Amino acid sequence: MLRVENLSVKYDALQILNDVSFEVVSGQWLMLVGPNGAGKSTLVTALSKGVSYTGKVCLHDRDIMEYRNQDYARQVSVMAQSHYVNYHFTIREVVELGRYAYHKGLFKDVTSTDNEIIDHILDITGLAPIQDRSVMRISGGELQRTFLAQALVQDPEILILDEPTNNLDLLYQKEIFELLEKWLREKDRAIISVVHNLSLAKHYGTEALLLNKGQVVGSGKVGEVLNRDNLINAFSMDVYGWMNELFSEWK
Amino acid sequence: MMDINALAKKNKFRFLDYAVFGVIMLIVFVLCVAIGSVRVSFFDTVKVIWSAIWNIPLPEELVNTSSIIVSVRLPRVICVALVGASLSICGGSMQGLLRNPLADGSTLGVSTGASLGAVISIAFGITLPNFPLSGTMVMAMLFAFLSILFIISLANKIDGSLSTNTIILIGVIYSMFATSIISLITVMASDKVKQITFWTMGSLQGSTYTNVVILSVVLLICGAVLLSLSEELNAFAIGEENARHIGVDVKKVRLIVLILVSVLIGVCVSIGGSIAFVGLVTPHIVRMIVGPNYKKLLPASIICGATFLMLADLIARIILNPAELPIGVVTSFVGAIVFVIIFYRTRKGK
Repeated sequence: MLRVENLSVKYDALQILNDVSFEVVSGQWLMLVGPNGAGKSTLVTALSKGVSYTGKVCLHDRDIMEYRNQDYARQVSVMAQSHYVNYHFTIREVVELGRYAYHKGLFKDVTSTDNEIIDHILDITGLAPIQDRSVMRISGGELQRTFLAQALVQDPEILILDEPTNNLDLLYQKEIFELLEKWLREKDRAIISVVHNLSLAKHYGTEALLLNKGQVVGSGKVGEVLNRDNLINAFSMDVYGWMNELFSEWK
Repeated sequence: MMDINALAKKNKFRFLDYAVFGVIMLIVFVLCVAIGSVRVSFFDTVKVIWSAIWNIPLPEELVNTSSIIVSVRLPRVICVALVGASLSICGGSMQGLLRNPLADGSTLGVSTGASLGAVISIAFGITLPNFPLSGTMVMAMLFAFLSILFIISLANKIDGSLSTNTIILIGVIYSMFATSIISLITVMASDKVKQITFWTMGSLQGSTYTNVVILSVVLLICGAVLLSLSEELNAFAIGEENARHIGVDVKKVRLIVLILVSVLIGVCVSIGGSIAFVGLVTPHIVRMIVGPNYKKLLPASIICGATFLMLADLIARIILNPAELPIGVVTSFVGAIVFVIIFYRTRKGK
């Protein structure tokens, strides 16, 4: 589905990503893992065509730069890490915008098909009862779910999520990850997500790309990539030992 | 705190609400035509306008009144309404594009930039043959566009998020810079001082039907395109990055909106001078009534902008009767107060 070849991103003299390559196929959930400053968010931005890069990114063997933005958004939807809205849009209005890629012609309006999809997604993300609330008056978690719902109503093949459970309490983290897992199984779909919580990454991911300082430390099956040595290499600490110590207290 | 029911109600803003706005606009329109040094009754005014539209002969006692209304007051009031509508749709569009409720032709310095263009054209006699107003108009549009480009690029360089403070600060500094060049040109082009001063005072007093036609055509074209971009403006208002994620061609839409806004501001400035704050006040008030959704905000801003500027013009005409205040004095007075309120609320994160 999505193939990244030798992707590099530079801001002035600073090399943010260096020669990153990987491929995502249908049914996979690729976890982007790495310490702060590893280049995970930049990778997400590059995949959303938001930063200039060298190398190549292909969707169905076609360079993503050749896609019109609307065509690309029907196949790939991206959710950013943080959101700040300045105006009192309602939750539904923000989610509705996710259908933009399907609107054609002048003075486009929301169709009944759009409304069905929007209603369904608002339901499964638990936003239906508060859909008329202003996005400036909801909690960080509700705002996060609003933008996740917007990405879902785009009905893409690939969902790219930068920290999807940022600001969410444990119950919603569980619900969102289960929801995404179910979503992944429905059709020919794939997910790429930046996840800081390694337990979540290991449990829900099928593949992992471990990054450090813009370079790939490990890539492949999640269980193989997130091994003790690779994690020490990426995080400069014994993550494995620390996690075991933490979780042993719960046993 | 804005409660949930109020927001849900705004969401249901429908055709009937536009009709109410429209009726209020028409009443204000007739009032503005009726009130003046020679007072005409509301119904006589309606009768005269009606007969002028359909070319129906009038009773003897209304013939004199008719000539005052048709040749002097009507073109002025229509121009005022069209300028109000144009500046409001510009303000609303820029506030969406820049995600900034304080963006407006005057706060960004674009109107002053347009004035600079117009003054240069007067001072150096730049004009197109056979089109008397074309030089100032084209130069005003061009300078409006260049000013927007300059201000936004500089703001972007300094602070990528285009925050309120940066944009307003650059706008103020740019306005001061453009004003100083206008003064310099005025001093240097001593033979044109009278013409330039008369023009910079800015008034819609001597508006003609030619101005009405120009403003109508420009508003019709630019307004229609801006209305067709309502969904994109909603996306920008939520955030440029989010707009890109949902499939908006952000570069293209931004360029189109900036060009349209420059054309509208350029034409308005070249016809009526720089009228501050209309584009700031109207969308702000309208947003409180209909909500931030551009599908409703822009059409409502057009109607309310026309109403607001006609009322401002009416106040400017009658408050010191028989003397007349420049219309910009009234809009600046109201606008400055609203500006402080919005700025305060933005800073308080309300």
